[in-house]
Amino acid sequence: MTNDQRAVLQATGITKTFGSHAALKNVDIAFQAGEVHALLGENGAGKSTLIKILTGAYSLDQGTIRLDGEEVSFATPLQAQALGIGTVYQEVNLLPNMTVMDNLYIGRQPRRFGLVDRKRMEREARAVLSGYGLDIDVRADLSTFSVAVQQIVAIARAVALSGKVLILDEPTASLDAAEVEKLFDIVRRLKARGLAIVFITHFLDQVFALSDRVTVLRNGQLIGTRAISDINRTEVVKMMLGKDLALHHGEILAEESEVGETLVSLRDYGLKGRVEPINLDIHRGEVIGVAGLLGSGRTEMARLLFGIDTADSGRIAVDGRDATIRSPRDAVALGFGFCPEDRKLDGIFGDLSVRENIVMAMQARLGWFRALTRDEQMEIAGNYIEALDIRTASAELPVKLLSGGNQQKVILARWLATDPRFLILDEPTRGIDVGAHAEIVRVISRLREDGLALVVISSELDEVVSYSSRVVVMRDRAIAAELHGADINVARIVETIASHHAEAEQ
Amino acid sequence: MNARYRPLMATTLIFIVAYALCVSQYPGMWSTRVLGNFLTDNAFLGVAAVGATFVIISGGIDLSVGAVIGLTGVVTAILITRLGLHPLVVFPLVLALAALFGAVMGAVIHFLRVPPFIVTLAGMFLARGLASVLTQDSIPIDHEFYRTVSSLYIKLPGGGRLSAIGLTMLAVFAIFGLVAHKTRFGSYVYAIGGNPVSAALMGVPTGRTTVAIYALSSFLGGLSGIIYSLYTSAGYPLAAVGIELDSIAAVVIGGTLLTGGYGFIFGTLIGVMLQGLVQTFIVFDGTLSSWWTKIAIGFLLFMFILLQNLVFNRQNGPAHLRKGPA
Ligand SMILES: Nc1ncnc2c1ncn2[C@@H]1O[C@H](COP(=O)(O)OP(=O)(O)OP(=O)(O)O)[C@@H](O)[C@H]1O
Ligand SMILES: [Mg+2]
Repeated sequence: MTNDQRAVLQATGITKTFGSHAALKNVDIAFQAGEVHALLGENGAGKSTLIKILTGAYSLDQGTIRLDGEEVSFATPLQAQALGIGTVYQEVNLLPNMTVMDNLYIGRQPRRFGLVDRKRMEREARAVLSGYGLDIDVRADLSTFSVAVQQIVAIARAVALSGKVLILDEPTASLDAAEVEKLFDIVRRLKARGLAIVFITHFLDQVFALSDRVTVLRNGQLIGTRAISDINRTEVVKMMLGKDLALHHGEILAEESEVGETLVSLRDYGLKGRVEPINLDIHRGEVIGVAGLLGSGRTEMARLLFGIDTADSGRIAVDGRDATIRSPRDAVALGFGFCPEDRKLDGIFGDLSVRENIVMAMQARLGWFRALTRDEQMEIAGNYIEALDIRTASAELPVKLLSGGNQQKVILARWLATDPRFLILDEPTRGIDVGAHAEIVRVISRLREDGLALVVISSELDEVVSYSSRVVVMRDRAIAAELHGADINVARIVETIASHHAEAEQ
Repeated sequence: MNARYRPLMATTLIFIVAYALCVSQYPGMWSTRVLGNFLTDNAFLGVAAVGATFVIISGGIDLSVGAVIGLTGVVTAILITRLGLHPLVVFPLVLALAALFGAVMGAVIHFLRVPPFIVTLAGMFLARGLASVLTQDSIPIDHEFYRTVSSLYIKLPGGGRLSAIGLTMLAVFAIFGLVAHKTRFGSYVYAIGGNPVSAALMGVPTGRTTVAIYALSSFLGGLSGIIYSLYTSAGYPLAAVGIELDSIAAVVIGGTLLTGGYGFIFGTLIGVMLQGLVQTFIVFDGTLSSWWTKIAIGFLLFMFILLQNLVFNRQNGPAHLRKGPA
């Protein structure tokens, strides 16, 4: 590739091999000043690996990197930082044990007489975060804040470090719409200041809303770079997948009359301060979609159902018999499964292999004395790796080496392997590429046909529409409405969420 | 209040209560004389424990400190008595050697990715072995400088004496408290203890810091060895056996989390003082075997680990159980 004169950061012929697995093959990419450049590709395509190479977190096997036309080679992220490249890596890469301001300033704390000037640091940290609409005690430990706040801290840190290039690897995965908007404002400001901004996401809407050019990777290979004005959604998806995506959206599901008998029935089931008493019957062969804004109590309801929090009012009956669920253990014993929202924190055992991660919950259910043989484990793991299209070199690879989206599929496989009767999925498609999105939607429908009862929480309304037999809309920690049949469409759901809001404001 | 201060407050409170109880039984313990001896007798432990605090905050462990104390003592004694060097020439030399020893351990830990437990265990055998090869016996140090320093003290009101080595320990605590809590290096130590992978991605120089942490621990081990030689006027290869464990106990009692990421230098001082207090009590009592010290420390240690579990599991433990909006 010839030298791109306008490029701030340019990489040519990047090749990276892990063991025998080629993660990147001869990739060329260039980021220009004053552009937002989206980097797209399926889970495991090599996006994060490319970022890590560009910022010195991984070494490269072949290729060259130029910053402002000068060849550079970063041995550590520190060197890249020093030259004005700020990065938010995909993993939550902050320090939970340190204060918010330490996290913002570590490595570049203001000093007086050689000692860290905490007063000044506090003042500056406050000012920086208020630019993101965040007014928090910067002296408190980072671990005391929600994932969304932590994500904003990570972004603020990277922005402050980025004199020339800002790299954001799936920064919006745990942000709500308002926070995303704020982030976009900041990105636009930085772009106007002449920074090159690299943006990785699986939300195609955001790509089209924000970026100027897109580069697509597939299986570690460069598919191409296009100006956003020259390309549409379908073409982007095609570049990513190498084929057209068969969308399953739009079909309205069978009438409720077809669902099986009641599996779980909730009567005034609630927990003071978290979830208002819920009345709900969940049937076999039914998918209940749960919609609502962030903070509407969706996740709390799921946690209550799975026994992570214990209800303090009402009753739950399973198969017509009263049940007590005081812990996830009780829930698992009843044949429940739960795939939590924040899979980074709640479910991955990074050092264990893909196989071990998949059979873990199943083994726990069988108990100590009925250990699965290795062959059985291999078979189960193999089945799910295939069924969910988990991209891994082998079932024995430690899970932490998989790409972010593929780690999430592993957790989903874990709960599917327990053969649950009732499955709760909290944002199952978050961080997962469009191809796998469709795959997961298909899996949900298949499970429903197999007679499972499912509760699926999701912010992706067109997906909710495509698989739900009923939709429950939550607001202010309570069920606000239930939609049936023809009412299940995106417009109606949005309207329901919004109308309740209007009511609340009156 | 930030939950991280709770173990520290608890330790301080326990120390005050324990001291008050001791005094109520033996009013003689309430004197600057006892306090002065306290500091002198525990100076070498305190200095070593400061190093251990850094290591443990970074999520590591250093088992070689006791052996480094023994080795520095012997080398110091040999250089002074056999080669006739002046102590003021010898001290910087052995301190530099000790720091180098630690730096090598740190480098092995970081660059070869060997667990600190193994590396410092090997370091312990090496240093102790080397000391014993140099001499089997205690080498008395009879030097003008040693006599002077041993007799140096500041008079405290009430007849107590703050010896030079006691003062050194206090200075070490003050200086390294500042280093831990007020410098960038200090923040790197906490960062590595919190999450080494994140720390590296955030641009913390993890390699350099790890090397420096173990160099610091061994440097303070060396200083502790010099103090020990001043305290006993001798160098003995089997000096301070097991001190690494006492210092780890002091660190944990002082509120530092054994798994890294949280802790205070000042807490370690209290931890050391608490151990000293138990010893002094037993001396005053006169009928108890000195092994009761170990039992008391075992008990305290156990209590603190329980306490930390309570505090830290509430604070940042199983994150999925933490309360927060959807
Ligand atoms: N340290 C590693 N050792 C071995 N294999 C690795 C390592 N890091 C990444 N890989 C592999 O390289 C491939 C590319 O992973 P990468 O994380 O770059 O994907 P990605 O495009 O960021 O995907 P996602 O959208 O899921 O985050 C994956 O197949 C992954 O398993
Ligand atoms: Mg990635």
